[in-house]
Amino acid sequence: MNPEKVVFGFFIILALTLNFGFFVGEIENPDHHHLYELFAVVVVNLIATVLKFGDRSQMGALLLATSLVAILQLIAAAVVWTYAVHVDGTGLTPIVTASIVSLSGGAMLANVVSVVLLIIETVMLRR
Amino acid sequence: MENIVFLILRRMRQPLLTLLVVYAVSIFGLTVIPGQDADGNVWYMSVFHAFYFVSYMATTIGFGEIPYEFTDGQRIWVSLSLYASVISWIYAFGTILALVQDRAFQEAIAENRFARYVRKMREPFHLVCGYGETGTALVQALTSRGQHAVVIDIDEARTSIIQLQDLREFVPALHGDAAVTRHLEEAGLQHPSCAGVVALTDNNEVNLKIAITAKLLNPDVKVISRADSHDVEDNMASFGTDHIVDPFDTFAAYLAVAFQAPCLYLLQRWLTGREGTALSEPVYPPRDGHWIVCGYGRFGRAICRRLQSEGIKVIVVESRPDLTGRPETGFVAGRGTEADTLTEAGIEDAAGLVAGTDDDANNLSIVMTAHALNSDLFVVVRQNQHGNHNIIAAVDADMVMHPSAIIADKIRVLLATPMLYEFMSLALYQEETWACELTSRVSALVNEEVPVICERLVAPGDASVLHDYLAQGGHFTVGDLLRDPWQREQSLKAIVLLIRRRNDRILLPDPDAPLKAGDRLLVCGDRAAFRRMRWTVSHRHTLDYVMTGEDRPQSWIWRKLTRRNHYKHQ
Repeated sequence: MNPEKVVFGFFIILALTLNFGFFVGEIENPDHHHLYELFAVVVVNLIATVLKFGDRSQMGALLLATSLVAILQLIAAAVVWTYAVHVDGTGLTPIVTASIVSLSGGAMLANVVSVVLLIIETVMLRR
Repeated sequence: MENIVFLILRRMRQPLLTLLVVYAVSIFGLTVIPGQDADGNVWYMSVFHAFYFVSYMATTIGFGEIPYEFTDGQRIWVSLSLYASVISWIYAFGTILALVQDRAFQEAIAENRFARYVRKMREPFHLVCGYGETGTALVQALTSRGQHAVVIDIDEARTSIIQLQDLREFVPALHGDAAVTRHLEEAGLQHPSCAGVVALTDNNEVNLKIAITAKLLNPDVKVISRADSHDVEDNMASFGTDHIVDPFDTFAAYLAVAFQAPCLYLLQRWLTGREGTALSEPVYPPRDGHWIVCGYGRFGRAICRRLQSEGIKVIVVESRPDLTGRPETGFVAGRGTEADTLTEAGIEDAAGLVAGTDDDANNLSIVMTAHALNSDLFVVVRQNQHGNHNIIAAVDADMVMHPSAIIADKIRVLLATPMLYEFMSLALYQEETWACELTSRVSALVNEEVPVICERLVAPGDASVLHDYLAQGGHFTVGDLLRDPWQREQSLKAIVLLIRRRNDRILLPDPDAPLKAGDRLLVCGDRAAFRRMRWTVSHRHTLDYVMTGEDRPQSWIWRKLTRRNHYKHQ
């Protein structure tokens, strides 16, 4: 057992589950999407990205790419949230909530790809 | 470059993770700890404000409490996260600084820079592996002729000294093991402009590895290698190494030439000598007596073999015959530095002495002792260290054998003027009188220094005018080439030694031998002659003058005017 793989697998799957937790619920309803959940998703995704730094394998490069996509989407969601609440003052209207949640939905897709890649790698190792 | 990026990313993983976690925990803590707004209401910091606050707290510490003054609960948390974040920043910076100072990192950067430079080289270059005495002499000779070189050496002190040597061309140098294929590739082994690979390290195995790698990865490249043992030589020859230079055998062969044809030996010395060295005197190794060879190592054995095939009796003096072996007859145990041993070897009646041990002090001592016993001796001395040049020169030996110089001279000829090598091989088949005649012709050309040797190609570029003239069916002879373009009745101080025309070789062509387009010429002479010759081959007007003796007008007006003069005269 490689501890590096355990840690990385843990963070990649945690990123997906948290992301899913944030994503589920009515897309326009701000009560279904908690702020701390988004915060946790961003942090865990950042950690998963940094963990893949300096991995020279093909799989490592792909995983880094998917993590970067997820991070980009999540940071966009966080920026939208901040702008709506603090700068614009519109607050979490259904339109804003929908765009935040859909951005995190895109990030979730990237996280799903990461997990699928991880599973493929594991299966190929087991062969 | 890739390597370096990965190295940085890999090293930065840990500090970045630490920073991330510290930031996340600090931000989270700030958002859950209750604060008070200006009116005393309970207020929670938003994630955005917390991120903003932590960002400047961690990097600058110069901050105010915004948007409202903190409660004590918040202050406790901020003091904790302040220390945590500052420490993790220090950790991150420390890692980056350590990385920059890291030897492996710096070497990776230097290697990258070297590889990038070599990739961009557009002119032909020679890859020299090993920058010891021989390599230094070779690179100096190549760059002074305007040729390019790339150097690999395992010793960093040697590669860094290149920058201090004031060479005419920039020579990129890599500190690394030349036996590693990657280093050879980075040094341009597969580069289209790589003209030759020279293996000069002091390790036979490494030279072998370089030669075989070069032949496998780039079969077209010319490979020249130094070899000190016959095993390695045979091994190298087996896979087509172009030239294998064994300093001991090479010198023994020179000695044999000196025995059989002193003029040819002298000619060889003059033509292959480095530019600027003085003309050497002829040597006549005597046959009227036996020879004493001190030291029966690789050098001693090579000399003995040659001397015996000349029919000369040899007596070997060796202090450790258990290591070196011993000849069946004519052997004296001892170092040769003391009079007893030399007397036992018959120094009084000996004709020649070879001081050929691998210790310069012993060699000098042998020569001095021998001179005291017999002042008419012909002395050959082996010089091992370059630094001992002056004291070796002081004992006034008839021949000096310096392995590094021999290898460097031979390889320099092979790389810079390969036709000269061909010329010397053809000269071996000529009569001694032929060589003597040529020697006297050469000595008439130059004053005290050895003649300059150049290869000239009759082709567009170097000699475009002559090439066009010949391609249009013009007749131009060797004698015309040697006419002085200032005064055509006089001839230049130069001799055409060899003409290569496809598969034909013309040795010492007659003055009325015609030149053809595409010929390659080997010419020796003094420097001024080459400068003038350039005019003849690259300037149409000069060429016309040399051919016809008329100084034809070039410009339109002068042409008109001279034509009118012609009419007047008629």
